[in-house]
Amino acid sequence: MPTKLIINCETGEQTEVELTAEEIAQREADAKAYEAEKKAKDAELAAQAKVKADVLKRLGLTEDEAKALLS
Amino acid sequence: MANTYTLIASSTVGSGGAANIEFTSIPATYTDLLIKISARQGADNAFDLTFNDSTTSYSTLRLQGDGSAVASNNAGGVTSAIRSIGIENTNNTANTFGNTEVYIPNYASSNYKSVNVDGVNESNGTEIYMNLLAGLWSNTSAINKIKIAANAGSLVEYSSAYLYGIKNS
Repeated sequence: MPTKLIINCETGEQTEVELTAEEIAQREADAKAYEAEKKAKDAELAAQAKVKADVLKRLGLTEDEAKALLS
Repeated sequence: MANTYTLIASSTVGSGGAANIEFTSIPATYTDLLIKISARQGADNAFDLTFNDSTTSYSTLRLQGDGSAVASNNAGGVTSAIRSIGIENTNNTANTFGNTEVYIPNYASSNYKSVNVDGVNESNGTEIYMNLLAGLWSNTSAINKIKIAANAGSLVEYSSAYLYGIKNS
């Protein structure tokens, strides 16, 4: 069972307690949302890479050749 | 201009790891709050910041650099937390911890709470991730509780968070 550290700033007391069912559910929802965000970002990067590769292909250049031209 | 820094509380994760670090009963006697985080977790670099147990009315804007490109995004439009980045993950260099600063000005005021987060990760000598983030909690309550939640697995042993209070006079 995941735990959390609670530090009471008034007393300085630190306790370690197990997450509640509600907190576990929120944590799972957050993880799913993050996964969706990550997938969207990866898809965006993949689309950008494809556009770049297509342009290079049309020009008949390798990526290294394109870099040399731009340096 | 801040001229005093007072350590309010700190915590270091023990051998079993911990999903969250929570600072409760934060006194309203300072002007601003600063949290220094050194942490490592599972397979990603994100962590969630929430206040007073609220899971609504947050927004996040990020500027991210990875050593070769810069990107900006709104963390997928997440509103349940300020989705921050700056915790080292298992794909980064072994035995290293990400470093993050969270600054919360006027945390006890009756205005909405703006937050800035500045975090870095190092990855196997080949990549560096820098994240500058502007967060907002659209709520007028004074902040008296802060939760730092790992986004992947648990914060590992020796991860730490230090909460400072800052007065402007």
